[in-house]
Formats: sequence, structure tokens, C-alpha cells
Amino acid sequence: MIDVVNIAKSFGDQQVLQGVNLSIRDGELMAIIGRSGGGKSVLLKTITGLLKPDAGSVIIDGIDVTRARGRDLLDVRQKIGVLFQGGALFDSLSAFENVAFPLEECTKIGKAEIYKRVIMALEDVGLINIEHKYPSEMSGGMRKRVALARVLVSEPKVVFFDEPTTGLDPILLHTTHLLIRQAQKKHGFTGIIISHDIPEIFEIVDRIAFLHKGAIRAVGTPEEMLSTNDQLVWGFLSGHVDDPDNILCEKDSQICRFRTQGRQL
Amino acid sequence: MFQAVRGVGAMFLGLQWRLGHMFLFLLNAASLCFIPPFKFKLFVRRIRFFGTRSMVVVIITGAFTGMVLALQVYYSLRKVGSEALLGPLVALSLIRELGPVLSALMITGRAGSALTAEIGIMRISEQIDALFSMALNPLRYLVVPNLVAAVLVFPLLAAIFDIVGIYGGYLVAVKMLGMSEGTYFSQMDHMVEWSDVLMGLYKSLSFGVIVSWICCYKGYHADKSGFGAEGVSKATTDAVVTSSVMILIWDYFLGSVLL
Repeated sequence: MIDVVNIAKSFGDQQVLQGVNLSIRDGELMAIIGRSGGGKSVLLKTITGLLKPDAGSVIIDGIDVTRARGRDLLDVRQKIGVLFQGGALFDSLSAFENVAFPLEECTKIGKAEIYKRVIMALEDVGLINIEHKYPSEMSGGMRKRVALARVLVSEPKVVFFDEPTTGLDPILLHTTHLLIRQAQKKHGFTGIIISHDIPEIFEIVDRIAFLHKGAIRAVGTPEEMLSTNDQLVWGFLSGHVDDPDNILCEKDSQICRFRTQGRQL
Repeated sequence: MFQAVRGVGAMFLGLQWRLGHMFLFLLNAASLCFIPPFKFKLFVRRIRFFGTRSMVVVIITGAFTGMVLALQVYYSLRKVGSEALLGPLVALSLIRELGPVLSALMITGRAGSALTAEIGIMRISEQIDALFSMALNPLRYLVVPNLVAAVLVFPLLAAIFDIVGIYGGYLVAVKMLGMSEGTYFSQMDHMVEWSDVLMGLYKSLSFGVIVSWICCYKGYHADKSGFGAEGVSKATTDAVVTSSVMILIWDYFLGSVLL
């Protein structure tokens, strides 16, 4: 169980998060959606402990990660895995070394067992015979999958995905979503996905949270979100914009109205 | 008037905060040097990065520094009829001053800039965040091996610089200016003392700490220097300029204390 309680974060005069409250149940896959620059990545970094909030707390397995120190903090962080937007693979290490890294550094597992687990993790994400490739020799999709294997190899209880499909073509996007869902079913982790893939992300997540102006505006299952009466949420899901400042041109506005009449994404 | 005073105050406080932040960074990294697990493989890689790859530039600079020094000092000494002192003067200048300072400046340009850029790119591509998210301390992987390798490599490269410089001076003095080999070397034995060698050693040890500290710090906080590639570029420039200036300032103060 992850409880995000009243998280606030600002950078200088800019208030990015202003009282975010969110509960994520054990074993569920939740997507956080919202406009670009709306604070989704800041929220993710705050939950994972990479950023310190100005106020509020994040409780993972009963420990407040914003205040925990020493052994407690280490224990929580060992339960967490993060898939970064660009993969964040170590440039100087091969695919095998990258995936083996958390096992070699954080566990006392023997070399033979590490080899077995790494190969299996790479196979799980559909990568075979690429162990010796370096990140510079891989495509964007391969890098993302190696990064996913690196996250999953240490079997974390909670996995955060920061826009895992950015820059991928529609086929790879679909494949990555399926991989995440399959991995979640296999390992049973709690997953939080920051995503812009609407409506594709609806197919794999259990619930969706809509972040708007630094606060959670709506939370619900994909069905609940699609039948929402909140014009703002529906406008975002359908690409329709009520705020005249956000309309790029009159034509865009007309297209959006046309698309939303049938309540289909 | 009030605005100006406030501006000066804010600048002073900002500087104080930055210095404190830098010092804590060094303190954290230095304490990790003595706490296991030790990353021996990374340490060996950094020795290669700082040492082996800087060797050529240090040898070339050392040779020409020794040659120029011999040439200039010879013409000055000839005016007072003391050419016999050329060897010791070249050796003392190199061992006490030029060897540690110039080799440190060369390593800063060659390896220090690359170090800042490397860590800076790791910062902006979230590789440092990835280490942190694996419950690992990034300082142990990125800063400690560099700090220890620099402390070991800087004195060794300074020693190579000194030796090559002395032989560069020998080439000019003996082979070009016709001085006898015995005269060039004989006085050197008497005039260069162990304390001179130690002074050079202390200097290069401290330069190793200064350069690796500043370059790692600037790269580690490259995201605060600016956005993306611009941040890394600014951090790299800052690191080289700050390290070079600090080498010269520290050289003067250490020189005055040890003299």
C-alpha cells in the first residue's frame, strides 16, 4: 500500500504540486495522467524519494520515505524499482552488466545464479543474444526493454514507470504495455505508470488518476473515467479543450467537439 | 542603498552556502573512502583514466618546460657568470613548483574536463538517479574512485614531469649550449634536498584532491548549471576554470606555509 498524503512541491515561485492525495493498493497497476508540465514526473520523483517535498508524506509499507533515515530508508528503497523515461542505462556497461548490476551490488547471490536470472529477465522482455551490446549499439526500444529487465530482475515490490513508451512506434508501444502487464501479473508488484498514451494505457491499468494543476482531480477505473461527468477530465481524455487559451486554432476546437460528441476515444 | 546592501548580503550568503555544500560533498566522499565495500575495479579504471591517458601530454609539457627553463635560466646566469648553477636551478624549479603545478593543470585540461562531462551526462540522463533508486550511494561509484585515483596519480605524473623536464633541460644545456654533463648534474645532487621533493609531493597530493573534488562536484550538479547539454557544457567550463584557479591559489598558500 502506498499513501501519498498532501504532497506539496515548488521550484522557486512555481508551485508544481499543491496537496496531492493518492492511495495505491497492493498489487494494482495505476496510471497517472495529466497535461504535459503538470507535475507528473515531479510527483513520481517525490514518491520515489529522488525529490524532497516541501510538505506532506509518502508512506510505503508503513514507512514515511520523506522522513525515513538510515536502515529504514534503505529497506524501502530496496523494495522500489524505477523505469526512467530514457531507460537510464549505464553507458559504460553492456546489456548483461546493466541488468546484473543491481544483483551484484545489492545482493549476495552467486555468479552462476546472477547469470541465470539476467538471461531470464532479458528473455522475459523479448531480448535474446544481446547481452554483449552496449547502450550506444541499441535502438530506443531495446534500451527501454533492457531497462525494464534491470528493474524487474531484483523483483521489487513497487515499480514506477516514467513514461515508458515515449518515443516508441505504435507496435512497440503496444508491446511495451503488454510486457508491463505480463510482468506485473508474473511478479505481482504494485505499479505506477506516468503516461500520455490515451486510450492505450486504459487496456492495461486497474485504475487511473488524473493530475490537474498540482492536485489529483479524479481517480477511477478506466470505465469510471470514460463515463465521467467531469467536463475537464473528459475534455483531457478526448483531447477537447474548454479553456480558450489552450485552443491552438478554431479548426482544432471543431475537430475536438466532433470527436467528443460520440463519447469515444 | 538598502537594495545594494541586500544584494551584497544575498551574494555573500549564496557563496557561503555553495562553499558549505561543496565542502560537505567532499566530506561525504572522503568518509566513504574508508567504509567498505571498496570498488577496486572502478579504482583501477580511474587510474587508467587519469594516469595512463594523461601521460603523453604530461611528458610533452614536461620536456618543453625543462627545455625553455634551461634556455632562459642559462642566459640569465651567464650574465653573472654562474652557469654552473643551471642544473640545480632547473631541478629545483621543476620539483618544487613547475612539476606539480603544470602537470596538475595539464591533467585538469585532459582528464578533469572529461570527468565533469561524463558525470554531468550521467546526471542529465538520469543514470545517477538510477543508482539512487537501486538504494546505492552514487558518491561511492562516481566520486570515491576518482578521488583516490587522483591522489595516487597526481604525484606520480608530477614525478614523471620533473624527470622528463630535467632531461629536457639537459638536452638544451649540454647538447645545444655546450655545457658539460658533469656540471649540469653534479650541483643538482648537493642542492636538491629531500624537503624540496616532499614539498612537490604535498603539492601534487593536494592538487589531486582539489581537481577531482571540483570536477566531480560540478559534474554531479550539472543540472543546476543549466538545462541539458548546456548545463553539462557550463559545468565543464566551470570545473576547468575553478580547478585551474584553485591550483594556483593553493600553490601560493601551500608554498608560503612549507617554505
